This record gives sequence, C-alpha cells and structure tokens, in this order.
Amino acid sequence: MSATAPTARSRLSAPAWLRKLWLLLAESVVAILLALVVGGIGIAAFSGLLPNHSSFDLGLPIAAYGALWSGAVGSTNGITSTLVYSTPLILAGLGVGLGFKAGLFNIGGRGQFLMGTVGAMSVVTLIGSSTPGYITIPLALIVGAALGGFAGFIPGVLKATSGAHEVVTTIMLNYILVFTTYWAISGPLRLPNSPQPITVDVTTRNGALPIVLGRDGHIGILFALLAVPLVWFLLYRTTLGFELRTAGANSDAARYAGMKTRQLIVLAMTLAGALCGLAGATTLLGVVHQIAPGYDTTIGFDAITVALLGRSNPVGIMLSGLLLGGMRAGAQSMQISPGVPAELVDALQAIILLFLLVNVLRRWRARRAPGGSASASADSTEIAPAFGMVAK
Amino acid sequence: MSGIPGSLDSIPILGILFQFIGYALANLEFISNTTVAVAVPITLAALCGVLCERSGVVNIGIEGIMLTAAFVGWFIAALAANALGTGTPTPYFGLTLPLVIGLAAAIAAGMLVALLHAWLAVTLRIDQIISGTIINIGAAGFTGYMYSLIASQSLVGAGSFSKLVVPPEVEGVPIVGWLLNAVVGQGPIGITTLVIVVMLQIMLFRSRWGLRTRASGEHPRAAETVGIDVVWLRYRNVVASGALAALGGAWLSMEQTGGFNAGMTQGRGFIGLAAMIVGRWTPVGAFGAALLFASVTGLSQSITISRPTGDLGNLMNPVPGEFWEALPYIITIVVLAGLIGRSIAPAADGVPYERESAT
Repeated sequence: MSATAPTARSRLSAPAWLRKLWLLLAESVVAILLALVVGGIGIAAFSGLLPNHSSFDLGLPIAAYGALWSGAVGSTNGITSTLVYSTPLILAGLGVGLGFKAGLFNIGGRGQFLMGTVGAMSVVTLIGSSTPGYITIPLALIVGAALGGFAGFIPGVLKATSGAHEVVTTIMLNYILVFTTYWAISGPLRLPNSPQPITVDVTTRNGALPIVLGRDGHIGILFALLAVPLVWFLLYRTTLGFELRTAGANSDAARYAGMKTRQLIVLAMTLAGALCGLAGATTLLGVVHQIAPGYDTTIGFDAITVALLGRSNPVGIMLSGLLLGGMRAGAQSMQISPGVPAELVDALQAIILLFLLVNVLRRWRARRAPGGSASASADSTEIAPAFGMVAK
Repeated sequence: MSGIPGSLDSIPILGILFQFIGYALANLEFISNTTVAVAVPITLAALCGVLCERSGVVNIGIEGIMLTAAFVGWFIAALAANALGTGTPTPYFGLTLPLVIGLAAAIAAGMLVALLHAWLAVTLRIDQIISGTIINIGAAGFTGYMYSLIASQSLVGAGSFSKLVVPPEVEGVPIVGWLLNAVVGQGPIGITTLVIVVMLQIMLFRSRWGLRTRASGEHPRAAETVGIDVVWLRYRNVVASGALAALGGAWLSMEQTGGFNAGMTQGRGFIGLAAMIVGRWTPVGAFGAALLFASVTGLSQSITISRPTGDLGNLMNPVPGEFWEALPYIITIVVLAGLIGRSIAPAADGVPYERESAT
C-alpha cells in the first residue's frame, strides 16, 4: 500500500479513519455500479431468449433494474420485504464474517442454515399447540442456533484435530445436511396423515414470529439488527474477540503469544454456525412457516458475498446485507414484470465481488498518483485475511 | 449369494460381513460399471486440481468451471442441433456434429473461466480461495440465470455420446470380460480420462514440463533463477487444467445424461479436490481416490436398486435412502480427515509469486 503517495489533497484536515471509510465506501459503490453495467449488458445480450423480446433489447436491462429498484424500496411493502430478506443475510453474513476474522473460510452456511431450520422445526413439532408462543419461539430459536452451531462445530473440530481444510469439509457437510433435512421432513418431522412429506405449519403451534412492521415484517428483523452491535462488541471489545482476530491475522503469532489456536478454530466455527443456524430458524418461524420437499437456500454463497462486501466488519455486513436483501426482494418483482429471472442476483453478486477484488478505483488512483506504479496489487487482506490451505 | 457357502453366513456378527461380500460379488458388474463411470468427473476434477496445485495455484473454482462447461456444452450442442440437424451418429461413441461442437464449446468455456482464475490468482495475486469462490458463485448464477431463461423456450437437447459396447464374445470371458466391460464400456470422455490419467502421470514425473511444474510449485524463486518463467507456466497450467475440469462438466451433461440441471455438479469439483489430496497430488493416486469415492456411490446405488436379502437385508433395508445418497460425502470427509496429516501439499501451493524485479 505504499503506492498512494501523499498528494496535496491528503494535507487537508479530514481525519485518517474518515478518509479510509470514504475510500472503502467509494470502492464498494464503484464495484456495484460496474457490476450493474456488466449485468445490464448480460441481460441485453440474452434478451432474445425471453418471449416477446428481440435480441440486444437495450430497454430490457432498464426495465429490469427499474423493477428491481421499485420492488426493493418503491413501496412500504417493498421496504418491509427488503428488511425481511436482509434478516438472514445479516445474521449469516455476521457468521461468515466472524469466521473470516478468525482466518476461516466457512462455505457451510447452507448446511448450517438448514440445521437451524430443522432444529427450530423439531421444537415446534415436539411442543404441543397448547404451549404459549413466548416459550415455543425462544426455545425454537435457541435449538436452531445450537444445531447450526453443531454443524459448524464438526468442520471446526476436523480442522483443529486433523487439519482437513474447512472449504472442502463444509461443502461436503452441506450435501450431507441437505439429505438430512430431506430425511427429517419425510421421517420424524413429517406431518402425520399428509399425502406428501411436509412438516406442520408453525402458525398452528403458536410458533410464528410476531409481525411488528407492515404486512410481513417479523420481529426477526430486530434480532438481526441487534446481533450487529453484539458481534461487534464480541470482536472488538472482548479478550475472545481479540484472540480470534489475532489468530486470523497471524496464527503463528497467536500461538507464540500463548493463545490456544485450535480451540479458537473450533469456537469460531461453532459461533459462525450458530449465527447461520439462527438465520435458518428465523426464516422458518418468520417467513416460510413450514418445510416443504426441496426446501433449500442460497444463503451459503450469499453470506460470503455479504461478508466480503462488508469487509468482515459487523456494520459493513449490516449495510451489505441490506443491499443484497434489497436485491433479493426486488428480484421477485423483476421476475414477474419484465420476466428477467431472479438468478440475475446470483450472477450480479459474483460480478460485484470480482470488481471489488480487482479494485478498479484503487488501481486508477495508483496510476494517477505521481510515481505510482501498478503495485497497487489487489490488497485482498483488507477485504479478508489470507486463507492458508495448510492448517497450523 | 454366489460362491460363499451358506454356513459362513450364519456366523453371528462376522456372518453379516460374509453376506456383504457375497452381495457385493453378486452385484459386482453393476457396482464396478457404476464406479468407473461415477469416477470419471471426479477424476477429471482431481486432475484439474493436480495440474494447478503442482504449479502452485490453489483452485477451488473447479466446481464452477465444471458447471459452466456442463451448461455451455449442452446449450451450444442443442443450438447446433437445431440449426444443423443432428445427423447420423457414428457407430462408435455416437458422435454427431452438434455434440462435437458442444464439447469444443464446453472446453473453450472451461479454459476461459480458468483463465479468469489465472489472471486473478497469478497476475493480480488475489487470495486464491476468494477467487475460486467468486468463480463458483458466478458459475451458479450464470448457469442458473440462463437455465431459467431457456426454461421458457422448448429447446430440444442434442442427446448424448454413447458408450463403447464390448463385443459379446469378449464379454463372455470370465474375468477379462467383466474388467473390460467396466473399464472400456465408457463414452468418449470416459475413455479419454483413463488415457489422460496415465499420460499426465508420466508427463508430471518424467518430462521437462513436469519438472518445471513441480519446481514452480515447490520453490518458485529457485525455479525462476534457473530460467523458468513461473508466471507463464502457472498461466499455462491453470488454463490447461480448465480444459480437464470442462471435460468433467461435459461428461455430466453430454455423456451421462443428455440434459442440464441447475447445480448438477453436486459438489463433484470439491470431491475431486479431496481425491487430489488423498491421492497425494499425483494423477494415478487421484484416480485411485476417485475410484474409492465412486465405489461408495456404486454400492449405495446398487443397494437402492437391488435390495440385499437375509440378515444383511434386515440390517440395511430400514436405513433411509437419504443415508445412501449422503454416504459418498460422508466417506469423503472421513477419508480426508483420516489421511490429511500424511498427505503433504506442494510447498508453494496457494502462495502468490512475485518476481524479485517487480518489488
């Protein structure tokens, strides 16, 4: 980072942290805007595949983005919907980001989310409909988080004891847990006497999260917003958080300083899993209410995007979670009205991350700076610490 | 229960083992045929990993490369079939012009995605795990988007390659026939894979290119001082490895089935990475590990199709089908966790290389 030589502007009196924050925000916005442009070109390039559209229909990306925008923030319902979509993204994003801070790359969000769903569903299924909601709901959320935490605990222990890399083990575990979920809804959690494997509807068991905002804004939104300062406090104001961050930045240094890095790996993965599990539990109790066959989630990849875009910082994760939640909410209306598939958001995520890592803005500034060369090599350490393939 | 005397089956706990061996022998043909076929994409993914990591680049985007290639191959073949007509397939392998065009497009697409990874990892020196993850997210998004778009059309696929049929005279020979049927009874991609495994093993350890590749994966600075262009070599290897992963993707959509499904790679790229690690970064070892993982699939498919009888059946039949489907992934984790300490990665694996003059 020696490339940005001091210029006349840097002598102005803006404090350093503010300038850094401004740069981070500007980099994110540039990446998002460039991704939208590339995505728009992509929409236009394949517009001929949609019925009633010619090839290279330049109106289609504009219509699609318009629908995306109005679906996300164009109405009260849209804003509520954005918040609802953001809730699991922020929770799981905090989990993945916490892992990043500890130097762990957790791709197991999908499995951990599903375990949270199954955990919460188990509580609702076991508890009778006479139990009041103020007992059922907290219990379901706790069990969901615990089961999600267990799904994170396994790869954590495997990494700590055998060195098996968490990228491979969490992905394998995802598939195992997807099949576990299928088994759960066709076996123990199956609604008796139902023609197809489906679980009970939580609304019939006092298990639905109370609506606090608009039509479907459940109280889980507040949990997500509350989790942000909690995780921030854990990471930056506690000894444990300090140890996690140290182990992530330099595990050798952490070990020489007497920190138990193996235990930290297990703990970080468990906490990350618990947050992803909580995301699954709130989604079940607040949005989907029952698990139907084929229930699945894209949260694993989404949470990685949220955590990377938020630079693993809880506040950044909240902002990027809201952004991606808005995109997810808007994609639904985009799919209905100009007919552009909602999977566009998945592709956009990758393009955003690509531009973020290539870091167009910083390269451009480095080239303009006097004496600056191309050595503004993408400083991905600022986005996330380096992830070694070899466990220590 | 062929060949095993019935008296052995009735020994208390050990009898179950004998019954299991008997079951496996009775269904050997199905299990071995399935195993070799299922091992093909895993092997190709593992070879992609070997080629990358031996030269010092970690590639966890294999899954994404495979998915992209599977889609592009199927899609281009279908477009070509609609434009040119399918024509008559060749007697061996069932090659048709659209399928060959699709395969070429799949390989090109895989190499293009791999080139992106090489650029991010080698030139920009971005964290290689993040780079691979971006490729995986992007591939899932791109193929999912395109697949949804096409769903509104009624696009007819171009079919698939056909398997080599072993002549019945040869197939009848006791062990040779069975072995030949399992190994050679493959489509063109399957056969090619077997050839590539052997070729790559020889090239990696016996050729100048192999020595240079291993040198830049173990100690790139030393390699550079003796005149090896590490950056160019890593680029070449990563892009070439993209072709291998692409073959694996094309196998899914053009040889195993004649269709594409969103997320159809089902983690095979990552199982391939595990096979690479278990096979200690050698092509033949990776193939062996892939066979091991695939044999679990072969066995579990056999159990769901022809259920075992007797005590073994009483033990296995109540096990839910989801368990058998999850078993390959479970075995992958178990083997990986059990073996990893004894399997050592190339020293400079995943470490971005910076030329001395550039700093």
